[in-house]
Amino acid sequence: MASSKKIIRKKDFSLLQRMYLPEIFRGLMTTFLQMFKPKITHQYPEVRFHPPASFRGRPVLVEEQGVERCVACGLCSRVCPALAIEVQASETDLEKERYPVKFEINMVRCIFCGFCEEVCPEEAIVMSNEYELAFSSQEEAIFGKDKLLIPAEKLKERLEFLKQNR
Amino acid sequence: MAKITIDGIAYEVDPKLTVIQAARDHGIKIPHFCWHPKLSVAGNCRMCLVEIEKMPKLAIACATQVAEGMVVKTQSERVQKARNAVMEFLLINHPLDCPICDEAGECKLQDYTYKYSIGYSRFNEDKVHKPKRIQLGPNVMLDVERCIMCSRCVRFADEIAKQPVLTFTQRGDHVVLTTFPGTQLDNPYSMNVIELCPVGALTGTDFRFKARVWEMSSTESTCTGCARGCNINIWVRNNEILRLTPRQNEEVNSAWMCDFGRLQTFKDVNSEKRLSGPLMRKEGILSSVGWDEAIAAAASELRLFKKSEIAGLGSAYASNEDNYAFQKFMKDVLGTKNVDFVRHLKEGDEDAFLLRADKTANTRGAEEVGVKPGEGGSNIDAIIQGIKNGSIKALYALEDDIAAIPEIAGVLSNLELLIVHSSIQNETTAAADIVFSSSTYAEKHGTLTNFQGRVQRIRPAVVTLEQDRALDGFAMSRWDKFASHNDRWGRPIKKDARPSWRIVSAVASAVGGKMKFNSADDVFREISEKVQAFKGLNYQKIGNTGVMSKTASRAVPVV
Repeated sequence: MASSKKIIRKKDFSLLQRMYLPEIFRGLMTTFLQMFKPKITHQYPEVRFHPPASFRGRPVLVEEQGVERCVACGLCSRVCPALAIEVQASETDLEKERYPVKFEINMVRCIFCGFCEEVCPEEAIVMSNEYELAFSSQEEAIFGKDKLLIPAEKLKERLEFLKQNR
Repeated sequence: MAKITIDGIAYEVDPKLTVIQAARDHGIKIPHFCWHPKLSVAGNCRMCLVEIEKMPKLAIACATQVAEGMVVKTQSERVQKARNAVMEFLLINHPLDCPICDEAGECKLQDYTYKYSIGYSRFNEDKVHKPKRIQLGPNVMLDVERCIMCSRCVRFADEIAKQPVLTFTQRGDHVVLTTFPGTQLDNPYSMNVIELCPVGALTGTDFRFKARVWEMSSTESTCTGCARGCNINIWVRNNEILRLTPRQNEEVNSAWMCDFGRLQTFKDVNSEKRLSGPLMRKEGILSSVGWDEAIAAAASELRLFKKSEIAGLGSAYASNEDNYAFQKFMKDVLGTKNVDFVRHLKEGDEDAFLLRADKTANTRGAEEVGVKPGEGGSNIDAIIQGIKNGSIKALYALEDDIAAIPEIAGVLSNLELLIVHSSIQNETTAAADIVFSSSTYAEKHGTLTNFQGRVQRIRPAVVTLEQDRALDGFAMSRWDKFASHNDRWGRPIKKDARPSWRIVSAVASAVGGKMKFNSADDVFREISEKVQAFKGLNYQKIGNTGVMSKTASRAVPVV
């Protein structure tokens, strides 16, 4: 269809148009005007981007009063499309009965889909605003509880966001 | 025979049956909680309500006997409404803790909630709170909040285990399942209530919180705890056995198994004392060697002795295949007639139900495949005597901790050569000159013959170093299917062990004999050709529930 369509070209340009100059100045104008607008370029790593609450950074475990909220139900592990999460439950004397004795997220596998956060019955795993993930080995990319546990106070923004968008 | 119609289709059924049994026999599933084919009828859950024509009200299918001309509807609108109502009542006080409940994934209440409930709750009030985490007995934990008062466990304790210690106290929504004061649920079959429980109220102390059920693979096998050979499923995650559950077999174990078999028989497979490959005594110390070296050494050492100086002990713990290959090696290749095995009878430690005094799985099979003295050869007593007086100088022992037996332990130091197959370190391996690490029952194909003469299969559920879960046709969980090199769970510990029949064949070939077995199937094929008891059998015929060997008189049914 497209090939059969006749291409019509304007043949008689005016003198100004043939000189190109007005258009060049118009373009340069746009460039110059940018100098007076606020900058959006960050001087990374000196200046870092602070993502909004809706941002899905690396998943973390919420810690309250020194204990993880997680009850090691393994639903995040089951729902994870990339099989990034491994949980081993064990019994605790606390009221919640069980806790994760091992909780590992393989950050090389994680695709930041947020399903784990969505499925969690305890709001114990949430997507944080951390996006700086670089590893020098596969082993280093497996985050255990030591790296995953973050106090609830530091995750206020995300928890508030989840509450509003339930 | 009575003619009845269920959901518009006519059937001829035994008039002694109840509606639920008749329907079940014809593949029609009527939902139920309290009814169980092996227990008496209680009729208290009301889930099996069906519509029967000419009856004014709905009737419970579990307690209604079929009658000539009966017309049953299991799917009518009235029935469905009643089911919804029953489900709603049951769920009023049932906690919403499926995520932390061990039963989730194999829970009747959960399944029926998806199938038969309205899908939402109209109940805004507080649920009743009841005792949680109660130790009912050494192996069973109770969470009363989850209990739906079906009374299956109560009836099991009364009728099957014959230890009537469970009962309900209180009334209405305050009903509590409990043991009578001063008693606990500690009979040898107590853990069967865990599978019986349709919800997660009763859980096993041992398996509690170990894994979610969907993370494991299950493999059909046979319990090796005693000569009964209960049919079991082996549940494995990350190449580790986490639990055993009974599998129904009317001829052997009905639907039950004992706590000993369930808890103790798999501990050796996961044990930290497992051997990691063959060992050989070098300058007085047992040290790790390669398979080829150990096999060559065993062969050259055995050649140094006269036929009559060698004795072989098979094992009632090993499979028919292992024992057959072993006795063939001893009698045909080495030419000795001193072949026997140790019986492990614990007189008195048995009951009229499942437990047998013979604590080994394959005494009958070992005898039948030929682990017995040849003409003029020594039996076990004569072998011990022979070792004592020096006429027997070399002993080859299959998968059995013979050094744990005082009479044998005392004479082992007289031996010039002791070759042992074992899966774990024990007193026998400590005394041995050459140790081959053998596969456990959960790592190999094979057959066991129980005390009735029933030949039953064991199947590998745990991979050893030389096996591959996918390539060798093992049961696979989702984790097994998708593991890659960068997952910690994809790198399970694999033991360097081989099935005994394979080790024996390799040693036999090294000695110069002719034994070419490539698989357990090969060995069994030869057994079925050469041994009368196994004539005409093969792995296909044995299947999941086993077949009687040709020498078995008749089936001994369970209770």
